[in-house]
Amino acid sequence: MKRSVNLAAATAIGLALGASSAMAEAIKIAFIDPLSGAFASTGENGLHQYEFAVETIVNEKGGVLGGKTFEMVGFDNQTSPKESLIQLQVAIDQGIRFIVQGNSSGVANALTEAVEKHNNRNPDSRVLFLNYSAVDPALTNEKCNFWHFRFDAHADIKMDALTDAIKANDAINKVYVVGQDYSFGKAVAAAAVAMLGEKRPDIEIVGNELHPIGKVKDFTPYARKIIAAEADAVITGNWGSDMLGLGKAIIENGFTGPIFTYYAAADGITAAFGESGVGVLRLVAEGPNNPPADEAAQEYIRAFKAKYPEGNISQARVTNVVDMLAQAIEKAGTADDVVAVGMALEGMKTESMWGGELYMRPEDHQLIQNVHVFAHSKVEAPFDFDNSGYGLTHETTVENASADIATTCEMERP
Amino acid sequence: MDLILVNLIDGLVTGLLLFMLSSGLTLIFSMMGVLNFAHASFYMLGAYFAYQISRSIGFWPGLLIAPLVVGVLGALVERYGLRRVHKYGHVPELIFTFGLALLIEEIVQFFWGRSQVAFDPPAILQFTLFSISGNSIPAYKVFMIFISLAIFIALLMVLTRTRVGLIIQAALSHPHTVETLGHNVPLVFMGVFGVGTALAGVAGVIAGPVLGTFPGMAIVLGSIVFVTIVVGGLGSLWGALVASLLIGWITTFAASYNVGLADVFMALGFERPDDLSESMFRDAWSLTLPQVGPILPYLLMVLILAFRPRGLFGKREV
Repeated sequence: MKRSVNLAAATAIGLALGASSAMAEAIKIAFIDPLSGAFASTGENGLHQYEFAVETIVNEKGGVLGGKTFEMVGFDNQTSPKESLIQLQVAIDQGIRFIVQGNSSGVANALTEAVEKHNNRNPDSRVLFLNYSAVDPALTNEKCNFWHFRFDAHADIKMDALTDAIKANDAINKVYVVGQDYSFGKAVAAAAVAMLGEKRPDIEIVGNELHPIGKVKDFTPYARKIIAAEADAVITGNWGSDMLGLGKAIIENGFTGPIFTYYAAADGITAAFGESGVGVLRLVAEGPNNPPADEAAQEYIRAFKAKYPEGNISQARVTNVVDMLAQAIEKAGTADDVVAVGMALEGMKTESMWGGELYMRPEDHQLIQNVHVFAHSKVEAPFDFDNSGYGLTHETTVENASADIATTCEMERP
Repeated sequence: MDLILVNLIDGLVTGLLLFMLSSGLTLIFSMMGVLNFAHASFYMLGAYFAYQISRSIGFWPGLLIAPLVVGVLGALVERYGLRRVHKYGHVPELIFTFGLALLIEEIVQFFWGRSQVAFDPPAILQFTLFSISGNSIPAYKVFMIFISLAIFIALLMVLTRTRVGLIIQAALSHPHTVETLGHNVPLVFMGVFGVGTALAGVAGVIAGPVLGTFPGMAIVLGSIVFVTIVVGGLGSLWGALVASLLIGWITTFAASYNVGLADVFMALGFERPDDLSESMFRDAWSLTLPQVGPILPYLLMVLILAFRPRGLFGKREV
């Protein structure tokens, strides 16, 4: 009897608390990424990572500004720049002040332009664009603006870390560069050739080619060329089925050297490579070792996997976005004046929950962080990807990677 | 020289795989006049069914069961779908199969998700059979070649040496006469559709582990199969075989040699402009053979349609 009274009291208090926190208005964050179509699984997994991050990092710890919570609102852009602009307008009309987006630099380029125009014309409803994955260097160079912040290392920073690893490996004397025939594939190839030429002039680029994107049925001929060129290492910016097809063909046809990639993990790719990728696949990115050294970080991943058993923490930087935004809002003392929040975000230094320092460079709004070359290897659950027993572990680390990389950005502040 | 031999083998594998898809499609097309847009979707279903079966009872039962299930599904689609739509003419049939392709893709995504699934060759075939100057030929590829050849021979035997084959061949060209002679032509149609889709299922089972099993696999292969049957000639098994091999070798060799159009131009006596960015033909100067490779089969189809509309081995005009 007594127990049930207690229970009733607890329920009543809980309900009252719930009601009061619901009354304090939530700070909404628009997630504009594919939630339908070919890349829906990536987008959906990203949204789950965000929802989990705002819940765990912000809301459960009492929110910001004395009790305001974060709320994620998903907007489906179907990976189309045109649709993204429509969704951006919908989000702005709903009074949302913070936009996160990551999949496709084409979309990010369109968004950053639209946000800049909107903010100049509508000083009362300005928004911030927090880019967590689009890695086209132009976004923090010639196309930079005050409203755009990038939390991922851009393509050149990643290539810098990757070529550092190649530089240190004396066994690599011949490199084959292959990629998808579009802007990103070309950017990766150009950066690879330029940086290898600088760091290891003795390395011979034995192949540098682009293949049609999403059109190649069988990558075997490409694998044959790589073997025939006697390459010691392969560099590719491929993603999705082009990554899996190319990687599988290369491995199957007897290649044993490292394949340096940007995106050969998660979304089914890790599971599909399985044992065959061990010792061959490398991936350059930010993020934790698996399992992470820090107990709290381990607990975070366990809790995420308990909630989303099919999901992956494949974009660890999502927590950095949420954490830094919360800190900036606290520091600015407002979530409505995005200029103040942007100013607080600029130059912010903080610790990542995955280890290492984060620094939002004021010159171009590029986050400077540790970048690692990961190896595809056996990883115990729940720190693996795709529940496959395989995942990513640190191989080499570049601390505060490319902290002084040049930028052509001329930031105009409001 | 060694690379040529390796490419011949790779192209043979690709070609025979195409053949398994196109042989079913060409029979269905010539017999029923139905352009089955969903044919490649049955190929995808074969791969996914086999993946599911291989997870519980292994690859080999999957190789047998998955195509059977796909074939039965195909027969049911013909009996309860296509046959009803048939009386309204070809356009509704076309739309029906097109819708079916979309439906199957959505169903696959619903059950297996939008990502790649981990469908691997059986462990017993995961070794290098032999190498040619450093290029290893996996045992699984050789296995693919033998399966495809066995199916081709079996099909040829059935079509040319058996009574059923005789009726099918007759129904191809003179369906009404065959019906008047007392044969159950709708049943023959259903059987051909079932066997055709089952063949696509076999192709899916053996291609899934090497080309990847993902919801886009039907689209990647779908259009090229139509090219194959047009080039080979409608209703011709030999045509389907020759066209498949031709296209397999063309795409493999095109992807293998980095010949640039620039080399061709220079051989023809043109001079390379010093500043490419100013040149009107800068794209043409920087193109290479691997980049244009995937278009070559379509180019071949256009040429065939222009100069030999009935295809290489076809008896009827398209």
